[in-house]
Amino acid sequence: MIANLIFSILLIAAAWLFTRNVRRIAGNIRMGKKQQINDQKGLRWKRMARVAIGQSKMTSRPLSAIMHIFVYVGFIVINIEMLEILIDGLFGSHRILSFLGSAYPVLISAFEVLALLVIIACIIFLARRNLIRLWRFRTREMTAWPRSDANIILVTEILLMASILVMNAADGLLQLRGDPHYAVVGSFLVSDFMQPWFAGMSSSALITLERASWWFHIIGVLIFLNYIPYSKHFHIFLSFPNVFYSRLEPLGKMTNMPAITNEVKMMLDPGAATEAAQAEGEEMDQFGARDATDLTWKHLMDAYTCTECGRCTSSCPASITGKKLSPRKVVMDVRDRIEELGKHVRKHGEGSTDGHSLFDRISGEELWACTTCNACVHECPVDIDPLAVILELRRYQVMEKAAAPGELNATFNNIENNGAPWQFSHEDRLMWTEK
Amino acid sequence: MMSTKERIDVPVMADLAARGEKPEYLFWVGCAGAFDDRYKKVSRAFATILNHMGASYAVLGTEETCTGDPARRAGNEMLFQMQALQVIELFASYEVDKVITICPHCYNVFKNEYPELGARFEVITYLEFLDQALSDGRLKPSLSPFAGTRVTFHDPCYLARANDLCEPPRSILRLLDAQLIEMKRNRHEALCCGAGGGQMFKEAEKGDKEVFIERTEEALETGSSVIATACPFCMVMLTDGIKYKNREEEVSNLDIAELIARSLGHES
Repeated sequence: MIANLIFSILLIAAAWLFTRNVRRIAGNIRMGKKQQINDQKGLRWKRMARVAIGQSKMTSRPLSAIMHIFVYVGFIVINIEMLEILIDGLFGSHRILSFLGSAYPVLISAFEVLALLVIIACIIFLARRNLIRLWRFRTREMTAWPRSDANIILVTEILLMASILVMNAADGLLQLRGDPHYAVVGSFLVSDFMQPWFAGMSSSALITLERASWWFHIIGVLIFLNYIPYSKHFHIFLSFPNVFYSRLEPLGKMTNMPAITNEVKMMLDPGAATEAAQAEGEEMDQFGARDATDLTWKHLMDAYTCTECGRCTSSCPASITGKKLSPRKVVMDVRDRIEELGKHVRKHGEGSTDGHSLFDRISGEELWACTTCNACVHECPVDIDPLAVILELRRYQVMEKAAAPGELNATFNNIENNGAPWQFSHEDRLMWTEK
Repeated sequence: MMSTKERIDVPVMADLAARGEKPEYLFWVGCAGAFDDRYKKVSRAFATILNHMGASYAVLGTEETCTGDPARRAGNEMLFQMQALQVIELFASYEVDKVITICPHCYNVFKNEYPELGARFEVITYLEFLDQALSDGRLKPSLSPFAGTRVTFHDPCYLARANDLCEPPRSILRLLDAQLIEMKRNRHEALCCGAGGGQMFKEAEKGDKEVFIERTEEALETGSSVIATACPFCMVMLTDGIKYKNREEEVSNLDIAELIARSLGHES
């Protein structure tokens, strides 16, 4: 009875805390600029099914794709086991789903196989990060916290899966010994092989081990649930909406700025354009983005969806050749900045600023190294668009600060004066026809 | 049948309009096609092919201007839109409805970004146009200078990743009987040459290596004697890369249009 009460209290506390955390993140995302994305719903559902649920973009790196599938399927399927744990915990039953009869050991065995695969995958993932030291996990932005974050997640997953297997092994032994509290529900595929490890233990010790594993697992899950909103692991929730709301247009298309169209029309034809400007009625107080709140909510959702896998960076021509730019860093900077700003605003009230901006984190050297090649956008398994952020920052630098690199300013001048990025005259535009 | 003419005849839009004529296609040459010494040869090669086919086309000549693409990508939206609106107006004045581009950057802004600013015309790349013409027999190569030649194709970002156009150049290479050897990173995964997004017009930021060298090395690894490209900026970068690697004796950097022109017996 006490156990049920403790369980209920833990559950409610964890759910409350998690809701609070999710609302904090949702609030931060809503600090972004408004943008309506509600077109082509059918295509969006299809894309989400293919890219997010089906993980189609993971396959470009087959080994990590397979490992990730183990963890992903394991996570989803083992949640069915969570259902049993919840009911058992709330009502004091033991293995409530065993009413399924002969299907029950099959189900549990399936969970066990997945749990084992998750453990294997996580060990390999840990090795890649800490022993093999893959380049993409060790670039400049992968400082102490992101590295620890990854290790905490992987170790936690191993422990959570191991506790299920230990619990089942102890349960199986107790079943064989005919313990009255452990009804015979059949044998389990993986944990049966672990039984010899614990066979020397007394029944009361086994019961303690089984209960301890059960509590370890569920408390571990509840703690992990509340760790996730502070971690890159939040992608397990946001991947799906993030892909749903991703851009469906060709990657080559950059966003238009309608407010500028009005200004340009006015410059080219003062009379005709005033009407257009009034009709559109769109005013822009600033061009491009200086701070995270100048980006759209989708850019901010991108930032919270990032799980720092680094596929973007490892395909970026600038990053590959040792330049400072790393698309992953840009995305992480946006996330860290909106977190910082969100904290500040919650403390000091809406509209207050802390005097910082994205440019305290992202330098011109990074911004101007981008070739707009779209490799990062193409690579991202969850459709994050680092290039969109880079473009908005460039727009701010150029149109608000006139801070483009000198050679680019010369290029702009050439385009404006000669109609070509180089200093050639219009008159020579047919010279190519002569050998 | 080598062309001995010093100057190739290229119809100009204004002349045609003065005679009350309208060509089927506007051939958009682009700034690099008009001014870059290397890419002028590609413009010539493509115009030669068009003439060879008897295609109905014209260029804008001195009326052509920059599409604004480098400005938009470098963040200068104001300048981009000024250029774009001028080009759109110019096209409208000639009632242009079909455009062929040789520059992928021009193609991309025409196809994806001009419509929002009021443009109403179709645009195709010269690769699609040439692939079609070769496939349906309107264009019949008389020679096979590249039969069996090891050729690798470098995908321009603004064709492959940006617009999903990976197959036309490969189809053309097959039709020319070239032996296509793919680089490790190809099609949507191709590595950029390093010149996009305004990089063409500035020094690269500090790093361990130049992007064009990384890409050239990958192309050279295929053991090809021809590195084929389809973009003026890629051509500048890869040609530099080949020179840097001291391989210009055995390896040449040619545009797809040049491969076809040579297969028709024309030197650009």
